[in-house]
Amino acid sequence: MAKITYIAHDGTERTIEARNGMSVMEVAVNNSIPGIDADCGGACACATCHVYVDEAFLSKAGEQQEMEKSMLDFAENVRPNSRLSCQIKVTDALDGLRVTTPESQH
Amino acid sequence: MAQGGIRNIVVAGAGQAAAQALQSLRSGGYDGTLTVVGDEAALPYQRPPLSKAYLKGEFEEDRLYFKPGSWYEDQNIEVVLGTTVTGINRAQREVQLEHGGHLPYDALILATGSRPRQLTLPGADLGGVYDLRSLADVERLSPQMVAGRKLVIIGAGYIGLEAAAVARHMGLEVTVLEMAPRVLARVTSPALSAFYEAEHRSHGVTILTGVQTSRLNGANGQVTSVVLADGKELPADIVLSGIGILPNEELAKAAGIACSNGILVDRDGRTSDPNVYAAGDCASRPLVHYGRSGRLESVHNAIEQGKLVAAAILGLPRPAEDCPWFWSDQYDLKLQIAGLSQGYDTHVVRGDPASRKFAVFYLKNGTLIAVDAVNSPPEFLASKKLIMSGAKLAPNVLIDTSTPMKDIAAQAAA
Repeated sequence: MAKITYIAHDGTERTIEARNGMSVMEVAVNNSIPGIDADCGGACACATCHVYVDEAFLSKAGEQQEMEKSMLDFAENVRPNSRLSCQIKVTDALDGLRVTTPESQH
Repeated sequence: MAQGGIRNIVVAGAGQAAAQALQSLRSGGYDGTLTVVGDEAALPYQRPPLSKAYLKGEFEEDRLYFKPGSWYEDQNIEVVLGTTVTGINRAQREVQLEHGGHLPYDALILATGSRPRQLTLPGADLGGVYDLRSLADVERLSPQMVAGRKLVIIGAGYIGLEAAAVARHMGLEVTVLEMAPRVLARVTSPALSAFYEAEHRSHGVTILTGVQTSRLNGANGQVTSVVLADGKELPADIVLSGIGILPNEELAKAAGIACSNGILVDRDGRTSDPNVYAAGDCASRPLVHYGRSGRLESVHNAIEQGKLVAAAILGLPRPAEDCPWFWSDQYDLKLQIAGLSQGYDTHVVRGDPASRKFAVFYLKNGTLIAVDAVNSPPEFLASKKLIMSGAKLAPNVLIDTSTPMKDIAAQAAA
């Protein structure tokens, strides 16, 4: 289990108890976190689950695969801490993770 | 708030389009009565993993659901499962339910989806013959997916080929039969078909194209072989049929709503009855980037139409209509498709298919209309935007892999 805090672009925060093995995207969708569309349901096919990961957790969130990297290259407002949340698996190491959702996924 | 005092919305069907409509209605501020009626036993779930990760056993069932059961309670949505809507009384504005009873509506959303086209061969009703469309189908098929068994797949569309890839991964002996001269003939170019045929063969799948299946043989009620028109007999422990889907439009038709290979809708998803909407696989919609109407069988289409219908009912501005897009996972290949290639006059291949990373672009009168991108997200994502803007692109520019796709797109947009 890991507590994950989702921060909307307007600063609103929500903290969710996330189950290991789920993706950070799935936890958000199940809990109706706004700002994550995830149209493809986690297949790394659509790039609509873009989030900014708290710098302190960047390495714990795991390595980016090439598919994700090239998908992110086309997202709007990409920053060095950009990730596709469908590609981040919840583990105990992510307890306390803070992610910020962008204003738009398109 | 809903237009014209709409206080009662019924959604017939509980798939992707229905799930999106429910979410968009509530997030759009609708606080009236909202009922969803689904014929399956399960809450709305994602279908794409059924022929991919879920069939492979890499995806737990609870992750298939769009929303947990508690969400429907929180959102005050009445969920009626295991029941179909059997009739629409448009004059009274109410629907009849299979197990008796009526539901009144101010707005009705038909999200009835589609169903697998059924094999009509002798022997098609034998045990061991399966479809792959629903969670229940996978529950029947999964226990049969045992290493060493012989699986014959009838139909080399996306479902058939995705299932073939999973079955090889699980160690089954796989044969795919296709009536057309090549795999994916209905949906893509010969270049992509040839690539996927070679890919499946290299993974040990036997692919027979241009073949007619004449009957299924069985013993003790179980299928034992598939017989082709030329008399050739292929032993089979399992037969999977993947020969396309048909829109569930009968309910609308019986109510006198206009249909033609799908329930006809306008850009807002409204049918010929202004109080009745349709969304998803069952609907035939204007394809605004192509100047024609058609039915799309895809996640993107279901999501977009779910949003369009909800916005129209609530009197909100029409959401953006994106370029149609699709994806297919086979082995370690991610195919991402943007646009509709039907009617192309030129196609060019960017990259080397042998590297398993390439894209096929489709042009009509010099305008980009579609791309099939294999392990190539930049080509896919850039093309989505280029197709929507009606960009003209020269084939020699597209095939130049020394220029990144991002730069090609920027130049074309300039």
